[in-house]
This record gives sequence, C-alpha cells and structure tokens, in this order.
Amino acid sequence: MKKEVILSGFGGQGVMSIGKNLVEAAVAEDLEASWVPSYGPEMRGGTANCTVIISDERIGAPLVERPSEIIAMNRAALAKFEGAVAAGGTVFVNSSIIPDKVSRTDVKAVYVPCDEIAAGLGNSKVANMVMLGAYIGATGALKQETIEAMIAEMFTGKKAKLVPLNLEALHKGMECGMPA
Amino acid sequence: MKREIWKGSEAIAEAAIRAGCRCFFGYPITPQNEIPEYMSLHMPQSGGVFVQAESELAAINMVYGAAASGVRAMTSSSSPGVSLKQEGISYMAACQLPAVVVNVMRGGPGLGSIQPAQGDYFQATRGGGNGDYRTVTLAPANIQEAVDLTQEAFDIADQYRNPVVLLADGLIGQMMEPIVWKERTPRQLPEKIWAASGRRGRDHTNFITSLLIDAPACEAHNLELAKKTAEMEKNECRWEEIMLDGAEVVIVAYGTPSRVAQTAAENLRKQGVKAGVFRPITLWPYPYARLKEIAALDTTRVFLDVEMSLGQMLDDVNLAVAERKPVRFYGRCGGSIPHVSEVEQAALEAWKEVK
Repeated sequence: MKKEVILSGFGGQGVMSIGKNLVEAAVAEDLEASWVPSYGPEMRGGTANCTVIISDERIGAPLVERPSEIIAMNRAALAKFEGAVAAGGTVFVNSSIIPDKVSRTDVKAVYVPCDEIAAGLGNSKVANMVMLGAYIGATGALKQETIEAMIAEMFTGKKAKLVPLNLEALHKGMECGMPA
Repeated sequence: MKREIWKGSEAIAEAAIRAGCRCFFGYPITPQNEIPEYMSLHMPQSGGVFVQAESELAAINMVYGAAASGVRAMTSSSSPGVSLKQEGISYMAACQLPAVVVNVMRGGPGLGSIQPAQGDYFQATRGGGNGDYRTVTLAPANIQEAVDLTQEAFDIADQYRNPVVLLADGLIGQMMEPIVWKERTPRQLPEKIWAASGRRGRDHTNFITSLLIDAPACEAHNLELAKKTAEMEKNECRWEEIMLDGAEVVIVAYGTPSRVAQTAAENLRKQGVKAGVFRPITLWPYPYARLKEIAALDTTRVFLDVEMSLGQMLDDVNLAVAERKPVRFYGRCGGSIPHVSEVEQAALEAWKEVK
C-alpha cells in the first residue's frame, strides 16, 4: 500500500493540519509516513500545500511528481495540481468554493461541499475535517476508528467539547467520499 | 518503543538537549529557524542557556567560549550563516574544542534562495576555515537519522576534541516523519581536564589559544592535530548500501537526493535495470574504501552521482572510483530538488551508455 497525496489550499484552511492528521493516523496504524510542507517566500493569503506519503514500506523520495490523490481546498489548488494526478487517481474538490469541475476523464473526482457542511454543523473551522473524512471514505487508506481515536486525543481538557463536532464533520465527509 | 512525529529541525534541537547540550547560541535564518525557536523554550527548561546572538559571528564565538569551559555547546544556521561561522570553527579546531555545528543547507552561493540545497559540501568536508583541519561531517537522510546523528555528534566531538558538522539539506529540516527516541549507550569519553573552567586547586592554569607564533611550535601542533584526523578517518566512516546486490548502475547520493535515488532505483529494478544506491552518511571521512571495492566489482558497470549541487561530492566519488568504471553526474541546484523521473532518466542513460 502506498498513498502519495498533495493537499493544497489557502493558508488557514487547515491543509497542513489534515496532512499532519494523515501522518498521525498512519503512524498509529504502524505504517511509514512523511510530511513535507511547501515553503518559500510565501504571501499572506497565498496557497499553502504539503505532500504526504503513507506506505507499508520505507519511504524514498518524500516529494512526488504524480500523486495518487490531490486534495484541493481552493480554486488555485485545483488549477495547479489537477494535471499532476496519476491516471486512475482521485481529485478531491472543495465544491463550496471551487465552481470548476475536474476536466480530466482519467481520474476520479470527488466533490465535497466542505464549507457548507461545516457551516451546517455550526463551525466553519471543521471544513478541513470534512475533507479528511471524504478522503478516508473514498480511499479507505486508513481506518475510521484510527481517525476517531486521533480526534479524541487531539482535543482534551477545555477543548474536549470539540470532539463530537469534529467526529460529526468526519462522518459527514465520509458520506461524501464513499461511493454511492 | 513509541513512534512520535517530529519535524526535522525541532527533532535536531531536542536530540541535542537529550545528548546533554547545555548551551545553544544562534542567529535566525531560514530554513532552520525552528531549531533556535525550539531551543529558546526548551533549553532553559533543561537547565541550559539559550542566547539569540547579535550575529552568526557572535554565536559561533559564544560556542567557542562555552566549549572552552567544558560544556556541550551547539550552534545552527543555514548556508550563508555557516559561511560566517568558519573563522570560529577553524579556531575551535585549532584549540581542540568539541562543539556541534548544524548546517541546514539552502541555495547558494551568497544569500541564494531559501529552498533545500547541498552546495556547502566542499565547505563542510574540506575544512571551511583556514588551516589544516577537518570536521567529521554527518549527513542525515531522514528524521530518525537526524536525531541519532545529532546525539552521536556530541560524543564524536568530545572524543576527538574537534568540531563536528551536522550537514542536512533544507528538506530534512522542514519535513516531518515518525521517530523513536532510542536508549543510547554514550561512548566512553575522556574527562575534560583541559577545560578553562576555573583552577579549583589545580597546580596549573589551562590556557586555550590558537596562536602559536613560532613556526616549529605551530608545525608540531598541526602534526598533533593530523594524528586526530587520521583517527577520525579510521573510526568514523559510515555509509548505507541500498539494493546494491548485483547492481550495474550505482547511484551515489546523500541526504534528500539519496531518497530520490532510492525510489528511482526501485523503479529501474521494476524495468529490469539493476540499480542500487550507495549513500555516504559521513561526508568526511568519506567512505572511499568501500566505494573503491564496489567500483572493482565485475557487476558494477557505471556510477551516477546525484546531488543538489553541481558536482561537489563528485570529486570524492572520482577519487574512490579512480577510473575503474565511468562516473556520470546529475545535479539540481539553487533550491531545486531532483525529481525521481530525472534521476531515473539519468541512470538509464548512463546504463545504456555502458551496456
């Protein structure tokens, strides 16, 4: 098993964070994992991205040319990375703010209205967790229980009240990702 | 053992603290700012000293002073900042002072770019500062190794009373991977009887200087240092061999490019091209002897040196291979990272050439 994912969006949309969540969950499942951020002379409001690799073998190159999946949280992300996805791969589109459709026919497209779902749950900040759910639902790369356990560990003490909200966001996302 | 997820730079900082480093002096520069940032919080909590110096020169000279007092001390920077530290490193080598200098390399020359590069190979492995000295140069290719080598670096520095360089590229500093904090057995190290840490009833004063103004004295001192150089060369060489069994194309690479090379070699093997990777872990001392053996194997047809610089380690590969087999080169520089497909292509071309 090897998953090579590029996650991209505006700074603040939580793409780096769900990238890290994927690594945490992979490590919990005794897999190998790596996370590489894009960094450079970045502009506020610019596009941030990271590359996550999950594998049951030692990871060589930590950057990828042909990711198995991309997660596009904004329009610029889709434009930048759609062409890179490996044939047969999957493109995850945050359809709340990306009006475009995936133009390629050799990849699978999963449209997730992340921001609408998050707003419906009463907290716009969980839009990224919706997308993480969609990714897990569509790829089955990691177990649902692992992500749930990770969410429970992420929010403790005063923040423990955020666990049910994040779990709900995860589950809503999974429904979007799972084949109908 | 529990696996924890760490970012390279922070992992290096924590590893240093766990290795007993109690003085850190630095000056900010991308892409290694997480090291001083981590140190600023955690070094005082560990009973140590953190100072954000006014410049790289000040930082390295604070390390010089701390090391002279017998404390485990470290500084970190990135390429142009490490250039500024060379005077201090030369002085510490001359004064036989142990210290660890971390260089998270970025694009050069000059101020260059802030993305990952390996253009400081010559500087790190050839001494960097003035005079006859060398520094053991450790080049991690993943975060676990960055942690292990950082801790080892302090022992090596103390054993030989010499500065040690941890040479990582920007990607190793910025990426996250799972690691385990291993129980390590520290080396048996000599007591620091030379330290200028107060006379405390000693019958003599420990005097530390690099100035030996008479030529015979200076030459004798250099010859003493050379004995240590020979010892380090004998004892400290490290490398890893990846898929070298029967390899016809041997890719030589360190740090991030060695990982790119590994994936390229895996892909080539799937296409029926026997490729493997020779990964130096110490860049000085360089694993010449082993590379020479590999060059002498009948199965070895060609070498491909891959770097994020324009042919610096290539000199060492050529010294080891010594025209036994052809050596080809592929490099990216200035902050660009070689793609797997590029390395694959270069290796394939080299292989076809000798087939």
